[in-house]
Amino acid sequence: MNIIVLTKVVPDIERVKFDAARGVVDRSSAPQEINPFDLNAIEEAVRLKERHGGRVTAISMGPSDAEQALKDTIARGVDEAILLTDKKFAGSDTLATSYALSQAIKAMGDFDIVICGEKTVDGDTGQVGGEVSERLGIPYLPYTSRLDYEDGKFKARVELENMIYEVEASPPLVVSVTKDINSPRLPGFREKLNARKAQVKKMDAKEIEADEGLLGFNGSPTWVYKIEVPEEGQRNGRIYKDPERGLKEIMAVLESRGLI
Amino acid sequence: MTVSDKREMLIFAEQRRGRVHPVAFELLGKAIELSGNRDLTVSAVLLGSNVRGEAQELIYYGAKKVYLFDDPSFYNYDPFLYKANLVALARKINPYAILFGSTHIGRSLAPRVAADLQTGLTADCTDLSIDEDGTFIQTRPAFTGNILAHIKTKTTPSMSTVRYKVMQRASKDENREGVVVNMTPLSSDPSWKVISEHIIEGIGLADAEVIVSGGRGLKRPEDFKMLEELAKLLGGVVGSSRPLVDEGWIGKEHQVGFSGNTVKPKLYIACGISGSPQHLAGMRDSEVIIAINLDPSAPIFRYADIGIIGDIYEVVPRFMEILRSVLGSSVLGSDL
Repeated sequence: MNIIVLTKVVPDIERVKFDAARGVVDRSSAPQEINPFDLNAIEEAVRLKERHGGRVTAISMGPSDAEQALKDTIARGVDEAILLTDKKFAGSDTLATSYALSQAIKAMGDFDIVICGEKTVDGDTGQVGGEVSERLGIPYLPYTSRLDYEDGKFKARVELENMIYEVEASPPLVVSVTKDINSPRLPGFREKLNARKAQVKKMDAKEIEADEGLLGFNGSPTWVYKIEVPEEGQRNGRIYKDPERGLKEIMAVLESRGLI
Repeated sequence: MTVSDKREMLIFAEQRRGRVHPVAFELLGKAIELSGNRDLTVSAVLLGSNVRGEAQELIYYGAKKVYLFDDPSFYNYDPFLYKANLVALARKINPYAILFGSTHIGRSLAPRVAADLQTGLTADCTDLSIDEDGTFIQTRPAFTGNILAHIKTKTTPSMSTVRYKVMQRASKDENREGVVVNMTPLSSDPSWKVISEHIIEGIGLADAEVIVSGGRGLKRPEDFKMLEELAKLLGGVVGSSRPLVDEGWIGKEHQVGFSGNTVKPKLYIACGISGSPQHLAGMRDSEVIIAINLDPSAPIFRYADIGIIGDIYEVVPRFMEILRSVLGSSVLGSDL
């Protein structure tokens, strides 16, 4: 089975700082890592390979220094990692990103399945998987929490909030998996060591035969024209050190609002 | 993109088991507000099976036009099939903007539609506006809610998914009139075969009027029982911050925050929650926020209407004691 995983290298979102003055994320403030949601996609890809044989290729788009963090995918069982890197990719929104990724997928030849995480922690759009499926013209199974392959067909559980579909679809297709689908294993010492020696294959816009007008800033219809650091939401209400007084106030508010 | 000749603001009215999802009425509320005195028509598109009544309902909620794709093949959601029909409609009417609810259906369908139409899509918007030039402006929290990004789209139509429970729902008026346009569905094979479909009974977090949430201040998973008791007294449900869900102390359906559920209850009680940006992003629009926490410097206090600096293991039981005495005297017999 030919399995492709889409992944993104992101800053550790719990630690990264935001430079409010310049309106950008200060990437130097936190280490880079594989988008946490993608770890489930990688694990699911490796499990499919273990059960049905085949090969797992991870594809990522990013600056060339994403290479180090991408090696983590190899430690986790990916056979080959590809980094799409080119100045022409800079400023991509989800539409342009999905174009570059789908061009790379097409350049790889036949595949059975493309797996991605539910979303990234930095962009938080969850749009790229769906846009890639459309560009490839193949089915899209979103929010998948269980995935099997049987008699040439994928069987999946798709979670649409509280509505659960058990579906069946033929390859090739794109699947985005939830965090519930598996528990990603931790790479062992030997896997980490091997990954350190592994090469990440780099590809530029030319190698994926991309139309430059559809890449990066030019290929991105959406643009952020203003960033705002909201102060709103802060209520600075009354804070009590004496619980009795606080609870008295709470009871008064609950009563006046008709909550009791 | 500007508003020039008469154009449409198109709402995707998502249905499940033949009933329109309430987020559609919120989208209508926003679209009606934006259309205001501009030359914009608020319309809706509905794909489903036997949903003519629901199309009428959308008109009562303010849609001037409802494009109805009524066919058994639309009973279940199919990203490919739905996309093909929406794209055909969009190419025909060339709408100014298309709005989807930011539900799992909206967030998986809209990207396919946008990629086919080769237009921009903005995820999970919490506000929409139109500036004096007629340009559509989408606002969404980014960087785990620490900043608000204002986004414009160079292509047409502008497309957005809009967060549930943020926009003001349109009001219903059975005197409203509108047109139901019967559409001929494109014949196409489904992209997946739905073997079975079922609904999990949720806890109704998104719709709860009162939420009592626990965070790292809880010492043991069993202690959620105490919060459950408090929630029950107030007719509410239990929520949780992310760390405790990650630890497996409580189910994901209870998770409030950036990667969980956005909630806007009448009353939110945060017990032992410090108030990470991730958590605040999911609850700070609640009507009344109460925080109980040992740490006076916890950010949650700045977002609270009333805060108590104290141990939840002392304050919550005392709170319940007071509540019981008050409730006991007004609803005699409930505990007898």
